Amino acid sequence: MTFELSHFSAALLFAVCASTVFGITQRNNPRDMVRYGAYCFSLFIAGVIIASWVMWFIKH
Amino acid sequence: MANAQNTTALPAKRATETGSMSYIAPLAGWLLPGLGHLIQRRYVRGVLIMLSVFTMFFAGLGMQGKVYAFNTGDLLDILGFVGDIGAGALYFIARAMDWGGGNIHRALADYGTKYIVVAGLLNVIAAVDAHHIAIGKKQ
Repeated sequence: MTFELSHFSAALLFAVCASTVFGITQRNNPRDMVRYGAYCFSLFIAGVIIASWVMWFIKH
Repeated sequence: MANAQNTTALPAKRATETGSMSYIAPLAGWLLPGLGHLIQRRYVRGVLIMLSVFTMFFAGLGMQGKVYAFNTGDLLDILGFVGDIGAGALYFIARAMDWGGGNIHRALADYGTKYIVVAGLLNVIAAVDAHHIAIGKKQ
């Protein structure tokens, strides 16, 4: 069985899983866990989008 | 008198349970992702950690990522092994089943290799968290 993911969907799946574990392990109560998980997820995605634009500008 | 004995015996028993749990929880969490939280009745956290680590590990294998064997060669290969072994039983099953041969011809396979390493590292973080819960540092 092989997975066929685009670069973005691979980064998205990575962000979902990593931010879930970060949220659970780095905060004490459920509300803060959700908030921190969402914060990490948004940083992951923002990082991916910014890095991809930087690479686009380097190429062009 | 009996009541006085009970009141002193109970905290001592609880301390022993906490002491043993502080070793059992991280070990169980390392061996099977999320189990360290599940045995401490943090069911939602345990299931979410299990889902995340399993998803990352098997998605990595599905992308034809590489599972590192024990080695003393290149530094990055050694670190890859250290990361991979953090996944506990998943790593040993993958090695036993000869999964994770890698594929240098696919760019996505390199992503898969990183997925497998990160699954192991996330599991280590989760195991440490289970230890913190066991010692009362975290709720």
